[in-house]
Amino acid sequence: MSDIASRVKAIIVEKLGVDESEVTPEASFTNDLGADSLDTVELIMEFEKEFNVAIPDDQAETIGTVGQAVAYLEKNVKA
Amino acid sequence: MEFKRVVVTGLGALTPIGNTVPEYWNSLINGVSGAAFIKSFDVEKFKTKFACEVKGFDAEGFLGRKEARKLDPFVQYALFSTEEAVKDAGLDFEKLDTSRIGVIWGSGIGGLKTFLDEVVNFAKGDGTPKFNPFFIPKMIADIAPGHISIKYGLRGPNFTTVSACASSNNSLIDAFNYLRLGKANMFITGGSEAIINEAGIGGFNAMHALSTRNDDPATASRPFDLDRDGFVAGEGAGTIILEELGHALKRGAKIYAEMVGGGMSADAYHMTAPHPDGLGASLVMKAALEDAGLTPADIDYVNVHGTSTPIGDPQEVKAITDAFGDRVYDINISSTKSMTGHLLGAAGAVEAIASILAIQNDIIPPTINHFTDDPAFDPRINFTFNKAQKRVVNVAQSNGFGFGGHNASVIFKKYQQ
Repeated sequence: MSDIASRVKAIIVEKLGVDESEVTPEASFTNDLGADSLDTVELIMEFEKEFNVAIPDDQAETIGTVGQAVAYLEKNVKA
Repeated sequence: MEFKRVVVTGLGALTPIGNTVPEYWNSLINGVSGAAFIKSFDVEKFKTKFACEVKGFDAEGFLGRKEARKLDPFVQYALFSTEEAVKDAGLDFEKLDTSRIGVIWGSGIGGLKTFLDEVVNFAKGDGTPKFNPFFIPKMIADIAPGHISIKYGLRGPNFTTVSACASSNNSLIDAFNYLRLGKANMFITGGSEAIINEAGIGGFNAMHALSTRNDDPATASRPFDLDRDGFVAGEGAGTIILEELGHALKRGAKIYAEMVGGGMSADAYHMTAPHPDGLGASLVMKAALEDAGLTPADIDYVNVHGTSTPIGDPQEVKAITDAFGDRVYDINISSTKSMTGHLLGAAGAVEAIASILAIQNDIIPPTINHFTDDPAFDPRINFTFNKAQKRVVNVAQSNGFGFGGHNASVIFKKYQQ
């Protein structure tokens, strides 16, 4: 697992109170991990903070699964 | 139209002197002080370094980590005391018409800790507004009854009353009135407050409202003592289940007492100082008596607001003397804030519980920490100093007065068919 993927996972486990094993790349924040609309906004903000990146709202709307979050961040976070 | 009768069928309490109703009552009648040095933040630079904190409350154990994180302590406390009251009342909501069960809750301030944390976080940044999406819904004072309704599926009237330290007396009176009018079958009511943080203690310190007896916190809350020097901040929650009598009898509920009256008034005098002659306080006690169809001769016990401030206590004694006449020498008065500290928006709820249990047990909880008589007070008045007193309590009255000049007083009576 990449460094970004493991940090994303840690944030999701912390914020959504889910078990690590549930945080698979396919897992949807709302359908599989019990997030509501406010949780989703909070997750995006946590990613922004953790990776020092600004995620515009129109981009944030395309991030609905763990894998999509990791892919977005791997593409946009400067190493 | 004839009013319906309203009874108390369940109690829950999370207080600085007990996390359940039996523990709370046991501490009350044994004169236990809940005050100690503040553990929840660094008090080094604060004028007051102590308070009456809730002890051993495990929010994550009770709610789970995910849920606890989304709730300000004032809501966590509300859910905790309400769970006790719901169990105590033997409620099975699947068997009840939940569209006829409401929640009216009191909180003076709401989520002060949440507000503080978020604003500090913003101030540390570069001005970009990065507020947590839970900031507003965690903080707002009405969110506690919202969460209670969500947890139990209660779809009757639902709101918060905000009148500072009179808030939960107002919630009791509102619930009582809706029930009397037949607008609902049952209310979960009461109040909660959680302001023991940097903003709460610093803010009340700035007003010179808090005791600064840092060398002896346990005796700092000393209502009606000559050397009282301010109130001691408290926190916690109290839940009271009020139910229409017919509904309670039909489901075979345990009945603690009957709620028979509520009065409300305003001082119309000053932002924070009480009226020097206790005008609003006297009016509110008379209004509650009139509402209950009682006279001072019927009252056995008054659980006073009695916060232990130099100017607040005398005006309340003037007000009681005015409202009760010579009866003031025959009643028992006590301020349980001497033990719990001042729970602000939750004070009315936990003090109503103390009054209800005084009726049930025929015991008056004391005003502890009395060392020196204040010559300003008539020595014939019985403040129930230092030790609980046995006495048949048929009727008890409980007062709450808030910044803004809000006054609200409630009356409970032994239940008789």
